[in-house]
Amino acid sequence: MTQNVESVVDHFNLFRGPEYIEMFENKRKNFENPYPDDKIEEVREWTKSWEYREKNFAREALTVNPAKACQPLGAVFAAVGFEGTMPFVHGSQGCVAYYRSHFSRHFKEPSSCVSSSMTEDAAVFGGLNNMIDGLANTYNMYKPKMIAVSTTCMAEVIGDDLNGFIQNARAKGSVPEDFDVPYAHTPAFVGSHITGYDNALKGIVSHFWEGKERTPNGKINFIGGFDGYTVGNLREIKRLFDLMGVEHTILADNSEVWDTPADGEFRMYDGGTTLDDAKAAINAKATISMQEYCTEKTLAYIKEKGQEVAAFNHPVGVAATDAFLMEVARITGKAIPAELTKERGRLVDAIADSSAHIHGKKFAIYGDPDLCYGLASFLMELGAEPVHVLSTNGGKEWEIKMQALFDSSPFGKGCKAYPGKDLWHMRSLLNTEPVDFLIGNTYGKYLERDTGTPLIRIGFPVFDRHHHHRYPVWGYQGAMNVLVWVLDKIFDEMDKNTIIPAKTDYSYDIIR
Amino acid sequence: MSALRQIAFYGKGGIGKSTTSQNTLAALADLGQKILIVGCDPKADSTRLILHAKAQDTILSLAAEAGSVEDLELEDVMKIGYKDIRCVESGGPEPGVGCAGRGVITSINFLEEEGAYDGIDYVSYDVLGDVVCGGFAMPIRENKAQEIYIVMSGEMMAMYAANNISKGILKYANSGGVRLGGLVCNERQTDKEYELAESLAGKLGTKLIHFVPRDNVVQHAELRRMTVLEYAPDSKQADEYRQLAQKIHDNAGNGTIPTPITMDELEDLLMEHGIMKAVDESIVGKTAAELAAEAAAAA
Repeated sequence: MTQNVESVVDHFNLFRGPEYIEMFENKRKNFENPYPDDKIEEVREWTKSWEYREKNFAREALTVNPAKACQPLGAVFAAVGFEGTMPFVHGSQGCVAYYRSHFSRHFKEPSSCVSSSMTEDAAVFGGLNNMIDGLANTYNMYKPKMIAVSTTCMAEVIGDDLNGFIQNARAKGSVPEDFDVPYAHTPAFVGSHITGYDNALKGIVSHFWEGKERTPNGKINFIGGFDGYTVGNLREIKRLFDLMGVEHTILADNSEVWDTPADGEFRMYDGGTTLDDAKAAINAKATISMQEYCTEKTLAYIKEKGQEVAAFNHPVGVAATDAFLMEVARITGKAIPAELTKERGRLVDAIADSSAHIHGKKFAIYGDPDLCYGLASFLMELGAEPVHVLSTNGGKEWEIKMQALFDSSPFGKGCKAYPGKDLWHMRSLLNTEPVDFLIGNTYGKYLERDTGTPLIRIGFPVFDRHHHHRYPVWGYQGAMNVLVWVLDKIFDEMDKNTIIPAKTDYSYDIIR
Repeated sequence: MSALRQIAFYGKGGIGKSTTSQNTLAALADLGQKILIVGCDPKADSTRLILHAKAQDTILSLAAEAGSVEDLELEDVMKIGYKDIRCVESGGPEPGVGCAGRGVITSINFLEEEGAYDGIDYVSYDVLGDVVCGGFAMPIRENKAQEIYIVMSGEMMAMYAANNISKGILKYANSGGVRLGGLVCNERQTDKEYELAESLAGKLGTKLIHFVPRDNVVQHAELRRMTVLEYAPDSKQADEYRQLAQKIHDNAGNGTIPTPITMDELEDLLMEHGIMKAVDESIVGKTAAELAAEAAAAA
């Protein structure tokens, strides 16, 4: 059982040694009071039944594995997209540790964010002093250009008033009078990370725009929304805009800070929307959001300021990219260049090349409401069927919109959207109405194990596969990436199912 | 339409805030004002006299039934009462559990988002007790109530609470536009009540906006779940509320930033008026037997 320095056994193999196997068996027998194996197997089978599914869907007072995170996570996501901005979460340290680790595990990058370290006394007496000290420390230690404040459950339950607190902190000299401290109330027990993104971005935009007069120019603003592919996507969007010659401002551009090079210099801040650009963005002709449900309040505010606004639902695929580019062309009056038309042609060609393998395949999808919509529409474009589409943070409107999408194509027949449901619901769906593939984030691997449905990792967070966030899923090239990911899994499965020599390997082909 | 006036009634529990506010608001409605009442008390009794109801279904209880606040529509939570006064109760938990302050925050955010304030001349918040947490301070934050009226009486604890509420207002007065509109003294028939209320108002840097005399007709009306204005419009008491309403109506923009006083100053005030005797510090904490022994030793 003891390890030998000359040959250290890793965890994959160590616990498979006979001594560990015996120890685990004894522990189970003597201390865990286990049910007999056949009973466990019986219950396991029962949970796969329609009867169990009906009970599961009648569930009222319990959520199991919701596919969403909390508001402040989204607020931090938006905040780091601005030049030199330190996200400041008014609340306890543990919350902030969660946001930082969550982003670091997905982007494989350090993720800076501070908390006001509220403890029991702050919960009783209010967090004003934490705000005063916290802003002063952040300003002095991390030298940010802006501090974007959001809140956690605790600060919200006790009703801390951010506006008043920040003004008080200013008056006490925590930060200079003219230093930018936008804020947003982001109670974690309401909505999800997409609500928090919306609130934070609206907080930042209104901080810069409130009371300002708008002098319209020809530029457009672009908002990506909460997006696991933000690094690849925003770079792709910039490329598209540059090809079209569109003058633009990307609001909350976090594509640099979550992809810093290893060149010996630590960058706590990198890239981001400059504060001057954020201020000037009020003058833009229009604002385009890639994710409607991530930007409801922000877009309403921007519209109120007199800009035209357009919202998409995480567009993926030929038709969705067409619609996006044509809208940009309409708003700006710029033509879509031949180079993009050629990219489109390549994507159509690739889809045609692989159509035989993807046509008629059944999929289940879960994730944020906009992503679900974008992926479902792309799958239908490929001739696949998005049978179950589940979004824990999707609402009634989203359900109606999804249904309209299903109704628009023969491949949507029999497909259904499930708003407000969790991954335990999805488990029942996969067990009772099986599909060929599941699309979702890393947490889907438990469903893959439980139900045998192969998982294609698309969404946020993806912790157990590296670097996918560097690839775009928007634009024709982005759709190409999604197509390849889906096809790779289809072919992997095909190989897996044909690999037994002299039994199934008559189809274990070199050419697919 | 004139600008929306947002006012709030605060005061010690049991002082008659809800009674005073509903009567006053009924009088304002008689003046032709369009009014919205937002009850911010888990007891949900801020609208009963207007609605002739026991207790209105609250935003929070309806939200709990529906699943979340987002599932509610404005018409579910808003009831129309006397003279088209719109009534909403935020509600809150049973005593001893949960967080009542959070309920107030949730409700006010909901009302703002749903446009409950459209087409209204007056919004009145009726808030329980002291400003004990951020939730109960919600109505005095930026962009909410501009004028606070503190209901008090000549009782020491009511005056203490009035002073405490002033501290709360002061805290928010610098960051937002909230001001103390004045004190409303609800007569308890304590000694020198009027003078005390006047001088407390002076100390707090505000004015005693009205002294409401005690009258049993209030109880009679209340038993019938009515305001005096509706139950006995010709009574003298109805006139008192009309005067108070007129004074509040004319008081727009006259609010002040309060100057709360210390507990010692408050006690001094009571002594000044001969309500309290100066305390001989040497006898504090001594039992009768000890004092008798000391007296015997001295003699």
